[in-house]
Formats: sequence, structure tokens, C-alpha cells
Amino acid sequence: MSTDIDAVHPLDTSGARLSIKKPVQRFDRQGDLSDRERTEAAMRAFMHEFGAVTATYLESCIHCGMCAEACQYYVQTGDPRYTPVHKLEPFKQAYKREAGPFALFYRMFNLKPRVSADELQNWQELLYDSCTMCGRCTLICPMGIDIARLVGQARHGMFQAGLVPHELWAVAERAEREGSPLGATPAVFKDRIAWLSDEHGVEIPVDRDQADVLVSMSSIEIMKYPQAIVATAKVLNALNEKWTIRLDGYEATNFGMLSGNVQWQKDLSMKLINAAVKCGAKLLILPECGHAYGAMRWDGANVYGKPLPFEVLHISEYLARSIAGGRLRVKKAAASVTFHDPCQISRRGGATQAPRDVLAALGVELREMVPSRMGSWCCGGGGGVVTIHRADDLRYRVFEIKMKQVDDTGAEMLVMSCSNCRQTFDDGQAHFKWDKTAHSLLELVADNLVQ
Amino acid sequence: MNLLDFARGAAMKWSLAVFVFGIFWRLTGILLLHRTHDYSVPRAHGALLGALRTIIARSWPRREFRARTAYGLAVSYAFHIGLAIVVFGFVPHILLIRSLTGLGWNGLPDGVIYFCAVVTLIALIMALIRRVTHPVLKLLSNFDDYFSWVVTAAPVVTGLLTVAHYGARYETLLALHILSFEVLLVWFPFGKLMHGLLLPVARGQTGAFYARRGVNP
Repeated sequence: MSTDIDAVHPLDTSGARLSIKKPVQRFDRQGDLSDRERTEAAMRAFMHEFGAVTATYLESCIHCGMCAEACQYYVQTGDPRYTPVHKLEPFKQAYKREAGPFALFYRMFNLKPRVSADELQNWQELLYDSCTMCGRCTLICPMGIDIARLVGQARHGMFQAGLVPHELWAVAERAEREGSPLGATPAVFKDRIAWLSDEHGVEIPVDRDQADVLVSMSSIEIMKYPQAIVATAKVLNALNEKWTIRLDGYEATNFGMLSGNVQWQKDLSMKLINAAVKCGAKLLILPECGHAYGAMRWDGANVYGKPLPFEVLHISEYLARSIAGGRLRVKKAAASVTFHDPCQISRRGGATQAPRDVLAALGVELREMVPSRMGSWCCGGGGGVVTIHRADDLRYRVFEIKMKQVDDTGAEMLVMSCSNCRQTFDDGQAHFKWDKTAHSLLELVADNLVQ
Repeated sequence: MNLLDFARGAAMKWSLAVFVFGIFWRLTGILLLHRTHDYSVPRAHGALLGALRTIIARSWPRREFRARTAYGLAVSYAFHIGLAIVVFGFVPHILLIRSLTGLGWNGLPDGVIYFCAVVTLIALIMALIRRVTHPVLKLLSNFDDYFSWVVTAAPVVTGLLTVAHYGARYETLLALHILSFEVLLVWFPFGKLMHGLLLPVARGQTGAFYARRGVNP
């Protein structure tokens, strides 16, 4: 692979979804490791994951196959390979052979063969292209196995083995190197803020030494939906918050986490944490981004190694709280709305009611999709899947579920609180020439503020 | 020592020993692995309550999953409930349990037990047919699935043969029935039958995880 990484993986920031340009030649094996070194690296990472909680899950599967019925990839294709627990086969195999209570016998009699590099390579598509870690399988499993968590752990080994899909590896590497996966470097972000501030006549404080609230953004917003920056500023200014954006820590997406690199996940999270600590923030607001919520709200303190010295809220939670407290007033918006639950915020994050409270304050008629809330279908773009070009056909197939759900509501407006879902909807809309456009909850609020 | 004496004596003793020691070995091998502390601020407290709720609530699927899982679930419930009735409702079984533990209760009429045993066997056969024909189950299944099926079905079959006095002398059939149950005891800690004990642990973990995050599954 060329050392000029940016030339090999040029960004495409003009399409309906942001990623690197479709590679002419794919590099789905990173580095120059031998097959043996790849499996050893994967095993070392896997072994690190085999604690009591993970072991309980890996020991509990009864091979009932019910998880398949919750998985959008199986439901849409009928291909049994997409059965969620099957996606974990090498991870399970490694556990049984190396760490389980009967590992000695498995090794002695070779009851479970050693995981091979070829096997891991074959599972790459199952662990990345066809899993958004949406957690529907966790919801259906009669044993209560958190399969989504296990897929995230299995990705850790895949990354160490250098077996990550080309595009996901490239954007993760760029995030680690530049601080943003999509070219939203501090210089680019600073320029955008200046431009947006002028264009919209809104004050956007940058690099304040002291602030009560630190605002983070998703690079998808910075590069594709910059209106979100303006909307955030309008809301925080209306609330007279002492807030800031900091160029030493603003990127909330975490492609370290999605690709499976634990160290990169930590590096990216620590930038935000350090920025919040530096300015003495009492509150860190996360943007409309699903996995950013998981990475910071739930994993942030664990990366930090102790409780975070500030509160972490998703922007929808912040809006709901501000409205409930009477600090933020909004006027009536569209007549009928349907809301798409981003998996990591709702099913995996618990912030399910907040956006509904905001929509209620906006006076809209909320027409829920069936199912919604916990049981909602994923948009198909989470877990880094939307970046992977070779996964497009499969992603469009599962997106058909979502289109039908939205159409069936008959709502006038489609709203969500995740920019990654939003770009997946935009891409699906363009592909299917669909007549529905995804809207941001935050922007809907900002457009209907009562000053 | 004839076969029945062996089944009731040494075989019972050793199979129970393997059963108990095997369970202890497997559970400690799992539960004593490292645990990490979660420093995130929980949205809500009540992890224990959340664990208990999921342990109970996960016994039936959420509404959106019911249509797609109804058949498999019905078959599964049929043989689980059938087995429970036969194991804990048949008077000779209760007498055995009383001799081992001192605990006893009133049994069900023999006719009810026979009916349940037949239903159980039919459900087990349906489950096996589903396993060998359903593309997902075919892909997932391994030796453990099939052997666990055999050791579960064998005591039901031998039990029915014993009460019907069919195929051999009663004493031989009874010995085979007891021995088949002992094979189940020996296999229990090593295969998927352990799900009977792992179920509350796995469900409880996920229930606590959901409760911590304020997810209402």
C-alpha cells in the first residue's frame, strides 16, 4: 500500500453520503502481517475481551436461531449467514479453544480448531458490512445475549489482525491522524464557523478558556449539514448559555470505536474529554450522532478510567430538558411527523423519550412507525456500514424496510436526531428516488424558537 | 450386581457427582473471569430490578417479534413444559427426588403424565425436524445440539417404554430409563443443557445493562 494515504483514499464529500471515494482496488487487508501473525494478533485482542460477562454470553447460546428473525439483513435476504450469532463464530471458536472452562480439552483433542486468517477474512463481511450493531438481536434473544456488544468486541480482534473493510479503515485512520474522519480538520472547521457565523448572523464562540457548556459536533454535520452548527448556536444563545466550541476537541464521531481500534477510540474520546476539562465545562453536549452517544455517554468514563467531571447529554436530551424547564420556548411546527429512532441513542442508549417530548412541545402530531422506540428498525447505515461501498446493495435492501415504515405512517415530515442516519436516508432517497426527505430534530427546534 | 442395581447405585452416584462437579467447574470457569468496572453515570438505578425484570420478561418475545418466532417458540415451550410436568409430576420421580433431597409433593395422575410425555416427545421430534430443515438452524447446529437432543429425548422414550412394559423385561427397561437419565446428568454441564442455569445469569446481565442505560426493553 502506498505511503501517501490521502492519495490512496481520497475523500468524497460531495455525494449523498460521505466516505472515501469508491476504491478502484480494495485493500481489505491492512499491513504486511503473515497469516500467522494476523491470527495471533486477533487472538491477543480476543483474549482481552474474554471476561466474565462476555464468557457468560458466549456460553449461553442455544442455537435457536431467533436472532435471525430480528436482523434486517436476514429478514430481507433470507440468507442464514446473516444470523447475528453466526457472525460471531470465529470469536466463539477462539473463546472455547482458548479461554472457556473446557479450553484445555478443546485444545488437547482439537475439538475446536485454531481460528485461521482465512476464516477471519471470510467473516469480515459478516462482522462489518452486514452488522450495524443496532442491537435488535439483543432484544429478541431468549437467553438475553447481548450480541451487539459481542460484535463490537470481535471487531477489536479484526482490527488488530488488519482485516477491516478498506473504507472503514481509511476513515478511522484519518480520524486518528487528523482528528476527523471526513476532513473536518480544525482549520476547516474554523473556516466553516466563521462563514456560518457571518452568513447567519449568529455568534459561535470558539476556544473560550472557560465555559459551562462544551459543544461537540459530528464531522458529518460539519461537512454535510453545517446548518446543525447554526442551529446549535441559536439554541444555546437563546438559552444564554456560557458555551464554546473548542478546536482542540470538537469531533464527536468515533471511528476508532466503529472500526475496532481500542487505542484510537481512546485517543478520539480523550480529545473531547481533555477539551471539556480544560475549559471547566459542566456539560458536554453531543451532537445528532448515534454512535457518538455510545462512545462518550456510556464508554467515555471507562476510557477516562474514572467518572467524567462533567455531565454528558445528547442534544435531544438537552433540548427536552431545556423545554421542560421552561427555559426554551418553541412554536408549532409541521402538522404531522414521524420520528426515526437512532439505535445507539434509543435502543442502546435509553434516550428514547427525549425527542418525543421535544416533538410534543413543537405541537406536532407524532405518527409512530410500527415498530418504533426499542423495536425500531435500523436505517442500515450504523456501525460504519454506510462508509463501505461494497455493502451498498445490501444496505439498500435493508433500507427498503425503513422506507415502508415511513410511508406507512403517512406523516408529512420525517425527523431524526442522528446525522449518520440522516445521510443514510439521504443516500437511500437518492438511490430509490424516494419522495421523503430526512430532517433534523435540532434544526426543527432552531427554526421554531420563540425569541 | 444386575443392570438395575448398577443404574440405581454406582451409576447414579457417579453421574450425580459429575453433574455437580461439572456445573461447579463450568460456572466458576465463567464467573471468575475478570470484570471491568463501569464508570459511566447510570441514567437510572435499579440494576437488580432491571435484571429480574428481564429474567422474567424475556420468557416471551416482544410484540414485533411474535409472528416470526411463534412456531419455534410454541414447540420449545411444549417440550420444556412437558418435561417439567413429567419430571416433577410423576409419582416415582417424586419418590426419587424425596430420597435424594428429602423434598416431596403430590404427584399427578399417571394418565396425565403419559399424555404429557407423548406430547413432549412429539414436540421434541418437531424441534429436531425444524433443526435439520430450517436453513438458519442447520447452519448453527453442531454436535452439542444433536447430542443434547438425544440425551433429552432418550429418557422420555425409555420412560414411555418402561411404563408400557414394551420391548424388554420391566427391570431392564427401568434400568435403561435410569441410565439414560444419568447420561443426561453427565452431559448437562458440558453442553447446551447448561442453559437452564446460565439463563438467569445471561438475561440478568442484559437486564442490568438496560436498566443502567434507562432502556425499557
